Amino acid sequence: MCLSIPAKVESIEGEMALVSVGGAKYNASLQMLDDVKVGDYILLHTGFAIQKLDEEEALESLKTFKEFEELNREMDEEEKKSA
Amino acid sequence: MKHIDEYRDRELVDRLVGQIRKVSKKPVSFMEVCGGHTMSIQKFGIPSLLPDNIRLISGPGCPVCVSDRKFIDQAIAYSRLENVIITTYGDLIRVPGSTSTLDQEKANGADIRIVYSVLDALQIAKVNRAKKVIFLGIGFETTAPSSAAGVMKAQMAGIRNFYLFSSHKVMPPAMEALIDEGVNLNGYLAPGHVSTITGTSIYENIPSKYGLGVVVSGFEPVDLLHSILMLVTQIENNDPKVEIQYTRVVKPEGNIKAQQFLDEVFYLGDDWWRGLGVLPKSGMKVKTEYETFDAEKQVPVEVEPTREDKGCICGDILKGIKNPKDCKLFAKACTPQNPVGACMVSHEGSCHAYYRYNRE
Ligand code: SF4
Repeated sequence: MCLSIPAKVESIEGEMALVSVGGAKYNASLQMLDDVKVGDYILLHTGFAIQKLDEEEALESLKTFKEFEELNREMDEEEKKSA
Repeated sequence: MKHIDEYRDRELVDRLVGQIRKVSKKPVSFMEVCGGHTMSIQKFGIPSLLPDNIRLISGPGCPVCVSDRKFIDQAIAYSRLENVIITTYGDLIRVPGSTSTLDQEKANGADIRIVYSVLDALQIAKVNRAKKVIFLGIGFETTAPSSAAGVMKAQMAGIRNFYLFSSHKVMPPAMEALIDEGVNLNGYLAPGHVSTITGTSIYENIPSKYGLGVVVSGFEPVDLLHSILMLVTQIENNDPKVEIQYTRVVKPEGNIKAQQFLDEVFYLGDDWWRGLGVLPKSGMKVKTEYETFDAEKQVPVEVEPTREDKGCICGDILKGIKNPKDCKLFAKACTPQNPVGACMVSHEGSCHAYYRYNRE
């Protein structure tokens, strides 16, 4: 839960944004950041944008995040099978 | 995309490892206090790259794990009340309390809902005005600002049936307590995303009062190795200080707006930590100005006496004095499917990370 995911801002309405992580879309509150624009990358944590990222940083962290996710999913399935 | 691969670059990894071997002479132990670091270190097998004189140990960096059993027991007690809806992050529901888990209570009919954000909990409160909606607030400085924002929003929108049960914690008191307790440590790898919010001033005591270095690290193998190199360099030069390795994301001053949210809603009070007991000024408690949203003040409940598990050494693991593999139950009676202790429940817990990435 403590992991923060890099996400791209797709649209903004008031203090809320629609952001995408890979293909998945999430709502993100922009209350904690100033001057966020469509197209920016942010660090998403429990529904809040907590930091702006540059694109390179975002893509690179996304890769780590996805690897963890995939590995965890695989292992969950393995464990379910063996349980 | 050249940049991305740089953080995984074999050659760069080798160069850093070579540099570490060259600089590092003294035997040292470094502790990481971030669940994300624990996962990365185990997954990328960082310890196997390091010379024998450098030891890495995991500390109290997993929010689910450090939440004390008393907190879980109280959450379970809330869930048994009439007209209460519990909202929580997913990991928490499988953590064993003294006699039950939230998961079991849910199976017995309690209204417990997993949410992704405090904003979802507010939404549930809005459409269930006749019920008390309690949000279980766990996590460190990274997560706590969102709970604060939730409380402020509840006030602004007049959502009076929303309550925060805060177990939010600040990291530095635990880092200092471990040194005070005499855990054998020579430096800290500080959490990247906590520091995104707080900045680096919160760690200043550690070099100035205790003479230990602190390096705020990123999560890639190259980040972690670079941070370790920075720590051994400090040690060999006898120059402990707070440094940021993860400069791409962490600013020295942190996120001021998020800090304002914290100051607005919380004050620091004594709090229970699994393994560490009560630490002064380590917990974020709801200020009296917002007490109408404080579950502890507004929702009276009787909590069963805490019973500690026999066999689970999660507390000692969080203190860095034992390793998951020292536990007799590890990977036998205790697995992610059937966790005995909190450290096996959360993906960020040490037992879970060892189980996933370093079982043999
Ligand atoms: S392996 Fe399970 S029982 Fe042993 S310390 Fe870890 S969580 Fe506790």
